[in-house]
Amino acid sequence: MPIDTASMNKVFERPASLTDARFTYCPGCHHGLITRIIGNVLDDLDIAERTVGIAPVGCSVFAYLWYKCDALQVAHGRASAAATGVKRARPNLIVFSYQGDGDFASIGTAESIHAANRGENITVIFVNNQIYGMTGGEMAPTTLVGQHSTTTPDGRDPALFGYPIRFSEMIAQLEAPVYVTRQALFDTKHILDATKAIKKAFTNQVEGKGYSLVEMLSTCPTNWRMSPTKANEHVKNVVTDVFPLGDLVDRG
Amino acid sequence: MGERLLLRGNEVIAESAIRAGCECYFAYPITPQAELLEHMARNMPRLGRTFIQAESEVAAISMVYGAASTGARTLTSSSSPGISLKQEGISYLAGSHLPAVIVNVVRGGPGLGNIAPSQCDYFQATKGGGHGDYHIIVLGPSTVPEAGDLTMLAFDLADKYRTPVMILADGLLGQMMEPVELPDPIDLDSLPKKDWATTGAKGRDPNIILSFDLGPENLKRMNLALQEKYEQITANEIRYEETATEDADIVVAAYGTVARIVKSVITMARAEGIKLGLFRPVTLWPYPYDALRALSERMDIVLTVEMSAGQMWEDVRLAVGERAKTPFYGEMGGVVPTPRGILSEVKKHAH
Amino acid sequence: MPKGAVIIDTERCKGCGLCIAACPQHVLAFSGTLNKSGYNVARVENPDACVGCAFCALTCPDIAIEVYREKTPVKEG
Repeated sequence: MPIDTASMNKVFERPASLTDARFTYCPGCHHGLITRIIGNVLDDLDIAERTVGIAPVGCSVFAYLWYKCDALQVAHGRASAAATGVKRARPNLIVFSYQGDGDFASIGTAESIHAANRGENITVIFVNNQIYGMTGGEMAPTTLVGQHSTTTPDGRDPALFGYPIRFSEMIAQLEAPVYVTRQALFDTKHILDATKAIKKAFTNQVEGKGYSLVEMLSTCPTNWRMSPTKANEHVKNVVTDVFPLGDLVDRG
Repeated sequence: MGERLLLRGNEVIAESAIRAGCECYFAYPITPQAELLEHMARNMPRLGRTFIQAESEVAAISMVYGAASTGARTLTSSSSPGISLKQEGISYLAGSHLPAVIVNVVRGGPGLGNIAPSQCDYFQATKGGGHGDYHIIVLGPSTVPEAGDLTMLAFDLADKYRTPVMILADGLLGQMMEPVELPDPIDLDSLPKKDWATTGAKGRDPNIILSFDLGPENLKRMNLALQEKYEQITANEIRYEETATEDADIVVAAYGTVARIVKSVITMARAEGIKLGLFRPVTLWPYPYDALRALSERMDIVLTVEMSAGQMWEDVRLAVGERAKTPFYGEMGGVVPTPRGILSEVKKHAH
Repeated sequence: MPKGAVIIDTERCKGCGLCIAACPQHVLAFSGTLNKSGYNVARVENPDACVGCAFCALTCPDIAIEVYREKTPVKEG
């Protein structure tokens, strides 16, 4: 029997703040999901027209294609500094930086920490999938002990390369940040929690409250060599033991 | 125009930037430009403008990138090693067609070098210290008042061509004090609107600030657009000064503080019967090749004098070719050539 | 009539399977058909079971799913 959608309510569709562009991400990659959530939040808060996104270097280098917003593509690691420049120059704009684990927690370490420490009134989305996607699967600062990558072919050995870095916990030590949280997307409940977190992170900026950071435990099915569903299970069963979920700071 | 004040080069650059409407300043401390940073720290906040002491020169140039994207007049300053750190960011600024002003108060190098004056960053500034096919406009002031004037010009050129502009000063200029009449502040509202800037996409298509395209044909087009811009700048913005060249048969080619020293040497040389002149480029990029070439037709000698191992000397030789002899005299390591030292070199070559 | 319905944009779908795993009603399955990009796309296998919960759409990283839910009947009297 054909479905008569005309007589039904549409309860889920593409957020209006996103363009029609098809995502360039791999099948099952959480980047697309996070982008969809950000689109919903920009719709809910009705801020797309005054939002400026900062795209990093990495798989999400194309982030400027997804939003009906002004955007910058910046040098690797520097999105938090560029976001600082945009926000200080034009404080009425809503500025968000979107960075992977290399961009935010490796080459961008100084900029990430100091934007947080200055309490810049920006929203930072940190996509942590414990690997470098764009460049073909190298170790990230957040790669787990024993995890295979192209630069840790025998698994990450802490004696050589240290331990996965819990960057949000480091940021949470600083006095200025008002919201630091770690979320995940491996099932519907966590997707809904993550959505609330991103909404809070943007709302904080709209209300002028200060620096918000949302670390998103994400998957890289391609470089983890897992199917998207297995990758979700890996986050649920393994990754969350190393990177605990929840709010580290919430001064909202 | 106001009163004449005795001011330090670094402060004049800073104050001129403020009067040119600089809205945002991001920098990291480094000698010998500390006074520039301090002047901005004291004055930008009380004017309601942005001042940030960034965590590094790398962070500062990316803050510049962000602020410049919104259309704000933006400045950063540093000295040689810090300018090295900014090179990636400068390449991004150029590739993304962003206006910005960058001040390099050059010091002895390479490596940590020292904090004495030098001109050893000419190659870095004019041949593109960062990656890719790009240029930045490079202005070389030789006096403190000129440093102020060229700072005002730098912001105008940056906006006119949507390109980074560098003030290539040196530790001597940054630290010396001269009487200066500061210009009136410009009216920012009188400046043309920047419809390309990221000010929020209300009522228009999004503006994207970008220097990237995976497709070679697309990136080629982007590069051709940059090259076309550089041709326009070269056609319209070359600046240089000739002193006592009308009857000269030996001319010194020099820029910045060395050129001002040479002006004293001209007086000394002519007193000894040597018809010495000076060719002083003010724009180091675009370089006044044609003017120097034309001048060299009637010269026996074009002697290049620099505080380096001979960097502008290559451009002089490119311009002059075989038309005149092109010897070189340089001092390195922060040693400043003396008028007597330069005169003795002139005498070596003059007949 | 089922309480819900989903429409899959088969050219956006990358056959990642997350929607199939997320659906509590087993409405979706791999179709075995390839789209223009060569992906084995999802399809609505059991439309009658759909309750319009939107779990599939919530997890779809390509925003390839639209979800419909029946209008709540107006109470009489």
